[in-house]
Amino acid sequence: MNTKLATILLLASASGLAACAKKAPDTLPPEPIQTIPTATPTSRPVTPGGPAVGTQAHFAQAVGSSTTIYFDTDRYNVDTQDAAALQAQAQYFARYPQITFTIEGHADERGTREYNIALGEKRANAAKAYLVSLGVDANRIAVVSYGKERPVALASNEAAWAQNRRAASVIIN
Amino acid sequence: MKALIALLLAGTAVAPAAAQDLGAPQGAEAPVEVIDSSADEDVVIRITDEAAWSDIGIAIPAFATDRERATPANEAGTGALGREIARVITANLRNNGLFKPVGPDSLPQPAFSAMRAPAYGAWAGQGAEMLVQGYVTARDDGRLTVGCYLYDVELQQQLVKEGWVVAAADWRRAAHKCSDLIFARLTGESPFFDSRIAYIAETGPKDRRVKRLAVMDSDGANHRFLTLGSATALTPRYSPDYSKILYLSYVDGNPRIYVYDIGSGKQTLVTENRNPTIAPRWSPDGKSILFSMAVAGNTDIYRIAATGGTATKLTDTPGIDVGGSYSPDGTRIVFESDRSGSQQCYIMDADGTNQKRISFFGGRCATPEWSPRGDQIAFTRIAGDFNVAVMNTGGGGMRVLTKGWQDEAPTWAPNGRIIQFFRTEKNTGRSGIWQVDLTGQNERRLPTPVDASDPAWGPIRP
Repeated sequence: MNTKLATILLLASASGLAACAKKAPDTLPPEPIQTIPTATPTSRPVTPGGPAVGTQAHFAQAVGSSTTIYFDTDRYNVDTQDAAALQAQAQYFARYPQITFTIEGHADERGTREYNIALGEKRANAAKAYLVSLGVDANRIAVVSYGKERPVALASNEAAWAQNRRAASVIIN
Repeated sequence: MKALIALLLAGTAVAPAAAQDLGAPQGAEAPVEVIDSSADEDVVIRITDEAAWSDIGIAIPAFATDRERATPANEAGTGALGREIARVITANLRNNGLFKPVGPDSLPQPAFSAMRAPAYGAWAGQGAEMLVQGYVTARDDGRLTVGCYLYDVELQQQLVKEGWVVAAADWRRAAHKCSDLIFARLTGESPFFDSRIAYIAETGPKDRRVKRLAVMDSDGANHRFLTLGSATALTPRYSPDYSKILYLSYVDGNPRIYVYDIGSGKQTLVTENRNPTIAPRWSPDGKSILFSMAVAGNTDIYRIAATGGTATKLTDTPGIDVGGSYSPDGTRIVFESDRSGSQQCYIMDADGTNQKRISFFGGRCATPEWSPRGDQIAFTRIAGDFNVAVMNTGGGGMRVLTKGWQDEAPTWAPNGRIIQFFRTEKNTGRSGIWQVDLTGQNERRLPTPVDASDPAWGPIRP
């Protein structure tokens, strides 16, 4: 598991650096990754007592903090850091093609309620489009926006708002 | 007394079982009959200087009863009910900020026989300039008759009178109608007290907030939850005839607009579609519904007949176009869009043509709501903090009315004189409904049983 995770992280950071170096437009996705062999869930070694394949815990263990991407105020574009996280996600979902998941779009509290639902929808769809461009089947991805209704950071300051402007990929069992 | 019987509202529905997330339906509303709408004089006093009027002394003693009788409206009988009615009227006029009424608990109680012949000398001695008297009697059919009289003490003249027959459960409506009669006569403004507010009741911690659809009278009384809270409910809007409420619910896991029928308790999707729908609005005649729908992340405004059918797309830009509020004549719509890079307010014709930005005063313009009078647009101004502001329909004359950290989503009183909005506290996320008048004065928080947001003020009740 450690080797695989390391590989994913290496791949992710490498492409992140590449995108950064050539000053490419933030939203331009790389070529779809098609070389990674898919594995059946049973073939994968599972840590005894660890989370089962198909659970959010397993997903989070595999990709770490890359389950969630973050946005600048009022923005919905996928930046280089987001791109790296989404590539990690894409590799995970390529490895487990039977898994379907939901991208939850969120906004910080410093926006009006209805606009923020529309903004969260836009963010979640930006993440979805990026994953689809990486080869994840669109039919596997549901999207829902919660606007500013479900914050994870509860303070009213810039740090909290930065955490709440997010698109989180969630495996719902 | 010449009897003019006008059946204003026919309540018929029988409540079936609650649907989905919804709580108990509101049930039938009893009819209100106007039994005397004649006014003896034509004198209408118009406000030219509100400050001069704020000191007006209005005495509102307990309403009298012809004989003490039991009534479901008050377990102590019609006499005690008469005192309650006078208290409601006193609170209405005081909270409006234009008057300083003195209520029944500090005034002598006139006899039933004095209703039409007030003791002017005695009231003048109390310092009263205006006198509100009234009566309440129980009818044999269980309903109540409530009479309301306004007298000018100095001129020793009756200014206006009216009476209503109401179901016992609707006794507060008679108090609100009497308040409206007095308010309209003394200010020359249109009435607004006999109206209701739909809103979102909020409980729980900031990250697990329970948001329920709720309704109340304009003064916060007759509060009722309409949903149970298992699904997040947001942004309600009363239909112009009060028979339905449009609102957003996550009941199926996604944000979608439902039409909730108050009489039957049933709710239906505003449009059968897999895409999320948000920001519902009625047209003034109740025949059309505006909603916003996101397709692949791109949100535009659509119109659909209230009876269903095919939706018409009114905006078509790559940005977020959301909300929308009709002018009172139904010919134009003000809405918000970030097509220029940030939230700003735009106006278009009702068919979607002639889209034109109107907000150019710096900061952002969100949640625009057209005044029922037609000449003003209230909106959330975002310039650092969030504040409620108004502008004329061309975008000029912008005035900021509130000073909170986060004041959001204005809604107009039926007469266009008062604006309600919700204020969210920094850090705690707690919210409450507040109101302020068009001059920026008389700001106050409405008493709600729990935290509250998204107020939507309905029109004068039919």
